[in-house]
Amino acid sequence: MLQINVENCTGCKICEQACPYGAIIIDPETKKAKVLDNCTLCGSCINVCRYKALSIKRVMIPLENLKNFKGIIIWGELENKNGQLQFKKVVYELLGKALELNKEINEPISVVVLGPPRISALIDELFYYGADIVYLCEHELLQEFSNDGYTTVLTTIIIDKKPSIVLYGATIKGRELAPRIAARLNLGLTADCTGLSINKQKQLVQTRPAFGGNIMASILSPYTRPQMATVRPNTFSKIKLKQPKKCQIEKISVKLEKQSIRTKIIEEISSKTELINIEDADILISVGRGIGSKENIKLIYELAQELKGIVSSSRALVELGWTKHPIQVGQSGKTVSPQLYIALGISGAIQHLVGMQTSDIIVAINSDPEAPIFKVADFGIIGDLFEIIPQFLKLCRKNKESSL
Amino acid sequence: MKIIVTIKQVPEANKVAVNPKTGTLIREEVESILNPFCEYALDMAVNLKIQNPDLKVEIIVISMGPPQAKSALLRCLELGADKAYLFSDRAFAGSDVWATSLTLKEGILKKIGNFDLILAGKQAIDGDTAQVPAELAENLGIPHVYYGFDVEIVKKRINVKKETEKGYQVIEVRLPALVTISKGPSSIRRLPSMRDIIEARKKPIEIIDAKSLNMSEKRIGLNGSFTQVVKIFSPPIKEAGEIIDGNDSVNAAEKLFMFLKEKKIV
Repeated sequence: MLQINVENCTGCKICEQACPYGAIIIDPETKKAKVLDNCTLCGSCINVCRYKALSIKRVMIPLENLKNFKGIIIWGELENKNGQLQFKKVVYELLGKALELNKEINEPISVVVLGPPRISALIDELFYYGADIVYLCEHELLQEFSNDGYTTVLTTIIIDKKPSIVLYGATIKGRELAPRIAARLNLGLTADCTGLSINKQKQLVQTRPAFGGNIMASILSPYTRPQMATVRPNTFSKIKLKQPKKCQIEKISVKLEKQSIRTKIIEEISSKTELINIEDADILISVGRGIGSKENIKLIYELAQELKGIVSSSRALVELGWTKHPIQVGQSGKTVSPQLYIALGISGAIQHLVGMQTSDIIVAINSDPEAPIFKVADFGIIGDLFEIIPQFLKLCRKNKESSL
Repeated sequence: MKIIVTIKQVPEANKVAVNPKTGTLIREEVESILNPFCEYALDMAVNLKIQNPDLKVEIIVISMGPPQAKSALLRCLELGADKAYLFSDRAFAGSDVWATSLTLKEGILKKIGNFDLILAGKQAIDGDTAQVPAELAENLGIPHVYYGFDVEIVKKRINVKKETEKGYQVIEVRLPALVTISKGPSSIRRLPSMRDIIEARKKPIEIIDAKSLNMSEKRIGLNGSFTQVVKIFSPPIKEAGEIIDGNDSVNAAEKLFMFLKEKKIV
């Protein structure tokens, strides 16, 4: 529990303001800090107390016991793109990050690839991006992703290889697979990280946003190995090596029974028009209620084509039935982080902002000068998108002609 | 049929921020609400109850949190749940994903026993981790399906419509199972009536402490957690962008073009 050193406490009230749960107050009688029942021990108050009056007793186990665990394992998530299997972009991004972490710990980097038979041709690419070893497990029952099948195989590999770190993309599949593995192996797990580094004790410091991106938290898994995290796609850069690493492939054979996979896909519906996942796009042209009518969305597609971008949308349009859910950005849709995000007629409610505010460049056009989207925009125009976009398209076309 | 809905009370996320100068959290009258995704899960349960009158569905909501979380459970009772349990004890404070899922598991086994289906929100808007449901499912030894937006009961199985990156899948799974809900059935969104509010006050909410779950101190709260928050800070502040007036659309389009040219996009 939270301990208060009453002698050090000056009753300055900084802790009171710092607590996100309103769980610490200055007692009006004693003028000292007092903890209430709803304290979650999140530690927000400890960092801000200038008088060392607050502390939480945390038990540490000797680091020596953790030294048997070595290496970084990355889950090599595959996706089916137009009928062809390939690695998701986040796999390369995780490899890039692993190369960086390795400057501090210098341990082998491996990728675990699970899939149907005859996928070994895919893996050569991984050695150009930093993999030392690929653990390959091919099995008919791994053709389709399943929590049960993939958990079984991955846990087997983790137990056998004893890595110090395991990383997953915080994708739809990664986010449901990683906690299942963590629970099976009794491990700590940090979700949706946007920062990873190694501290002086050689621990993995996992940083992630919370409260819709309004605060950041750094998290350690001090007692358990491997340290596991899911990582938000489009956060880290991939690094292509001049020389590929020496190929080392280890085939893993597993016994998998059909009955042990308790879920069955009985139907699969892909929206045909939106074959490209908006999470992978470099440029997103996002449209909101300001577009006025369904027909007007044509203009947005025109702009997307000109900029070689993909169209995404706010929740409002999905609810109106003008756009489909797979392209929805925001808390109840997808979290995107493209190079360029252009928000057209989107006011920018907090639920939308949390889904896109980490984009590299944000451009917004909106007729309402008070629209919250302008607070996160790098470039904003207060005006009518139906006048500005056609003018902009003209400029793009003129520019193209003159450069020919 | 017993359907358990796991819920969480959360502070309204957009009202919590860090003062970038002092590094302290700014809290302007943070109101606690029932996490919206948990409400979707509850709505789904209520929908199933209405659609399957012959199954005699009983909806039990459970939560772990401070005594104040009782108000979120009460809201669930107003919205159609039959019974509620709150696992609340100072000793649970500081629980991470693992410790939370373990406590919920013990709570379910000791207080509810057999069940058919667990519904949970896809994530809580304060932590956004989306990890407790899968860990709970694993700890209970049942399968899980994430991101469901429609559930249909077919004898001893359910068919779940599950969001995927490009559309959706229909997943068949045998009960008992756990499903997280990303969108509620739109047909059921409504405010509780006066009658619902009065009825809810007659329904039981039981508060259960660590002792009654018979869990050792080492397995709960901060001691039972594998992850630790070591620092909380403000996200790097973004420099204010350039906002221009677009009344002159030609000029505005030109400026936009120059901006994107500078960034090497056009």
